Amino acid sequence: MENLISAEHLAFRYPGVDGTPDVPVFENLNLSIQEGSFVAILGTNGCGKSTLAKHFNAILLPTGGKMYVCGIDTSQIERLMAVRRNVGMVFQNPDNQIVANVVEEDVAFGPENLGIASPEIRRRVDMALKQVGMYEYREHAPHLLSGGQKQRIAIAGVIAMEPKCIVLDEPTAMLDPQGRKDVIDTVKKLNKDKGITVVLITHHMDEAAQADRVVVLNKGTVAADGTPREVFSQVKLLHGIGLAAPQGVELCWALNQQGYQLPLTTLEPEECAQALYDWIKA
Amino acid sequence: MEPILQVKNLSYVYSAGTPFEHKALDAVNFTLHRGEFIGVIGHTGSGKSTLMQQLNGLLKPTSGQVLLNGVDIWSDKQTTRQARFQVGLVFQYPEYQLFEETVYKDIAFGPKNMGLDEREVDRRVREAAGFVGITDRQLQASPFDLSGGQKRRVAIAGVIAMEPELLILDEPTAGLDPVGRAEILGNIESYRKAKNATVMMVSHSMEDVARMTDRLLVLYGSRLIMDAPPAEVFAHAGELVNMGLDIPKVTQIFLDLKEMGLDVENVYTLEQAVRQLLRLKEGKGRA
Repeated sequence: MENLISAEHLAFRYPGVDGTPDVPVFENLNLSIQEGSFVAILGTNGCGKSTLAKHFNAILLPTGGKMYVCGIDTSQIERLMAVRRNVGMVFQNPDNQIVANVVEEDVAFGPENLGIASPEIRRRVDMALKQVGMYEYREHAPHLLSGGQKQRIAIAGVIAMEPKCIVLDEPTAMLDPQGRKDVIDTVKKLNKDKGITVVLITHHMDEAAQADRVVVLNKGTVAADGTPREVFSQVKLLHGIGLAAPQGVELCWALNQQGYQLPLTTLEPEECAQALYDWIKA
Repeated sequence: MEPILQVKNLSYVYSAGTPFEHKALDAVNFTLHRGEFIGVIGHTGSGKSTLMQQLNGLLKPTSGQVLLNGVDIWSDKQTTRQARFQVGLVFQYPEYQLFEETVYKDIAFGPKNMGLDEREVDRRVREAAGFVGITDRQLQASPFDLSGGQKRRVAIAGVIAMEPELLILDEPTAGLDPVGRAEILGNIESYRKAKNATVMMVSHSMEDVARMTDRLLVLYGSRLIMDAPPAEVFAHAGELVNMGLDIPKVTQIFLDLKEMGLDVENVYTLEQAVRQLLRLKEGKGRA
């Protein structure tokens, strides 16, 4: 599969204010994201996750190295629209992303800005709302919806632009458990059914466990990269960085600290229960 | 246990008499005691934020009462004002409310408003900063030069500095990494212990409320439908999921084990799970 996003020797520093030194975030980061994949990015607060995400649609430009999106070097300012059209972003706070007073008008905002003809906008808005399961709310006022519903409206607004990739920066941090599940189920479905590449930045290990690939960032470099099972079984490394594994893995790991040898690939509760059952019965 | 706050038959209606009329709280009753750590869980729109704002007089009940140390907080203006100091509210993402030039001044804002003298304000600022791990050097910095987690701790210190008997926090760990979460929860716990204060925490993290609290209030559709220790609440797994809530993963694992025929009790923290499993395994080894 082809790389949709690729950071090559990426360097980035935030300029210092009033003579204070620059703040370096990346010195030499290499990371590729394949088209059609579902990648979760984990890391502590301040590790550079959001800074990296903002490179994916050229909100930020590298101060060194290269950032390629759909083969386009993002520092080519004349190609900016092409980059932004292909990579849509969804942020943490749903209230900061809703611009219209009616749900369907909000979803139409992006395609309108692309200068698309009205009948096509109508088609895209209906399709996008159906895909996030919010079609019956199309004439509602967004501010009266729940947080999870608002986030799904924000996602619909992005997919109505028919991007190749959606980048979600902690989209569930403010949601209740049901809202969290609805948002994650929605992005999984978009990835599986429509082949949209998904990059999910999250602090919820259980959400990351549902991706095809997990990338752990630490101090501006990739500290771990692999399938959820490969990454989350490195419990010691995760703890060292200040992260954790899903509770089922943490439970087995704690027992292993007492001298037992349980598998550390027990991401789902059922798997963990089975492993514990076999261990008790052995 | 000494009751500190009583909520009696509390109801609240938003926009009464308009087409947007909405009953946000419906005949809610509970009592909070000194030194307790209480969790509040409920789906979006269940009434959690409305309830918080009732407890320190930001919203006035449509009917029913809020009694602080036995006195209705709406009995006169002075009492309402006092309630706002005695019950401290920390809103979601409180770091967006920082505004002063230095961390010190920001934390001092609340106690100064209480009319305390300079020495007492200074004592409280330093003590509150200590609870949240802010150093003397950081007190002189601009709050905008701190990291997100530090800013949030400064904002919490600003409320703690008023020494509220009841500290209420709305999602204090949202958006933080596991270490940041543990730090904030540890800060809150050390304040509770040192002052024997009552803490009420609204959270969407079942793992956090399971680990920290003595008792859980569950709101659903504007009504208080459960008021019990975490073990009892999380035993109702199916009902919680139907309410848009969840149970800690470790609780789910133990429910599965029970179904598979193992003789285990319900757990809701990792520590409890480890203890019970070791007892089961090692007990079997000896037998």
